[in-house]
Amino acid sequence: MNTMEEFAIEVKHLVTYYGDRKVLDDINLSVRKGEIMVIMGGSGSGKSTLLRYLLGLNRPAAGVIRLLGKDITKLSTLEMHKLRKDMGVAFQGGALFGSMTVGENVELPLREHTKLDEKTIRIMSRMKLELVSLAGFESYMPAELSGGMIKRAALARAIVMDPKLLFFDEPSAGLDPVVAAELDDLILKLRQAMNMTIVVVTHELDSAFKIADRITVLDRGKILCIGTVDEVKNSNNDRVQDLLNRRPSSTEIDGEDYLRRLTL
Amino acid sequence: MSDVSRSHLLSAPGALLESLGRRTVKGIGELGYACSLFVECFYWLLVGKQRRQAVRLSAIFQEAMTIGVNAALIASLLCFAVGIMLAIQGIETLRQFGAESTVIMGIAISITREFSPLIVSILVAGRSGSAITARIGTMQESQEIDALRVIGISPVRFLAAPILIGMLVMLPTLTILGDVMGILGGAVYTSLDLNINMAAYTQRTLDVLTADDIQQGLIKSVVFAAIIALVGLINGFQVSGGAEGVGKATTRSVVLSISFIILADMVFTYILNR
Repeated sequence: MNTMEEFAIEVKHLVTYYGDRKVLDDINLSVRKGEIMVIMGGSGSGKSTLLRYLLGLNRPAAGVIRLLGKDITKLSTLEMHKLRKDMGVAFQGGALFGSMTVGENVELPLREHTKLDEKTIRIMSRMKLELVSLAGFESYMPAELSGGMIKRAALARAIVMDPKLLFFDEPSAGLDPVVAAELDDLILKLRQAMNMTIVVVTHELDSAFKIADRITVLDRGKILCIGTVDEVKNSNNDRVQDLLNRRPSSTEIDGEDYLRRLTL
Repeated sequence: MSDVSRSHLLSAPGALLESLGRRTVKGIGELGYACSLFVECFYWLLVGKQRRQAVRLSAIFQEAMTIGVNAALIASLLCFAVGIMLAIQGIETLRQFGAESTVIMGIAISITREFSPLIVSILVAGRSGSAITARIGTMQESQEIDALRVIGISPVRFLAAPILIGMLVMLPTLTILGDVMGILGGAVYTSLDLNINMAAYTQRTLDVLTADDIQQGLIKSVVFAAIIALVGLINGFQVSGGAEGVGKATTRSVVLSISFIILADMVFTYILNR
């Protein structure tokens, strides 16, 4: 099998900057089709930034990002628009449109990308709401929903076009453990039912270990390790173990550098 | 790090110069952004249909409702009040020359050329300019703009174009309403003070008013509409820093659009009266 068919996502030598600061440094990563890849890392590790680049929201300084075989750093807007139909994204805070009902939110991608009639659109969006156990909530406004419901509604909107690629940013952040566990199950169920390739960005260890086929650990803009759950757990990298065991960072302070920073 | 250290070492005038330079560059950048946003709005309006991203008429109507129709009452009231004020001042001043009745011409021309577009735009800048920035800024902060982009919907076409078009249609419309109400205000006061009946006042007004007077006001109102919409939009799209950032951007948007309106008014009055 050649690489084009095997991998849904391929990132090669990705380098990005925020102003003058290098945020991501030489990221290499591939995700197989039908795989659940969890991108893990502490705050400021660059995991949210990596997601923005995978989504094509920002243009990288250097490197290649291939989604479903297409290099999104070189695609024209029209081709990118076409590719977006195969991508679904559930953002951290849900990012539901506050001026629309839950139903309208879920219907929006169908309305924009297809010529289906009103009835079909409604049925399809209700099917997805049913899937995330939000049947009957179509006419609610996002502000009337709880945190867990918003995430599930966002997920319904993300999968309404039956995408081949699903991105999920911090599915369990801000939720109680029970609701978070339900969302994990939902992600597993989705992969089984629709055979999507799923990328989940999270800092929750329990959730990562439960759903991941493979885990990418990111730290200070660099990839520390990529591997299966067991491989990551048994990694002999100190930083990885810090993260897994909730140990405070053990970086040593360079005395001279420290003094220079203080007296600047 | 080197950046920080350098600015600390600079002497006070040097730092001032540096900040001036940065602001200038930022200002030029924003001007460019505003121009490209303006062009992109019309791009989507013209070719959106072929690219299956049409600017929705319903969205334009909705914006036109909130920007224009809902502001009609307060705009009428303000212009009416300005008409009365002009009548009082005009009669007072012209009485010294015994030329009170020429106040009719003064009111008609100053309302249509100057006051109606200016008062209406300042009202709309405060009312809708701030609302545009707050709405877009909140959407930016809650990643709704990102969500639009990943769904494959251009935020410019979906959010910006309806606002700009709605503004460009409604501000001239409100200005015409303001013309009528302002002249009416002047007529009510003048007819009471100088014992001229309304019919005669109206006839006199129609005699002195030329198409050019109305047109001057309308051209200005179109320019002001673009200023309010673009300043509101770019401040909204550039929001960062949470709820506080949205608040700051909203204030900046209102102050900037009112300042630009008054400056543009001066420039256009000069150009149009050459």
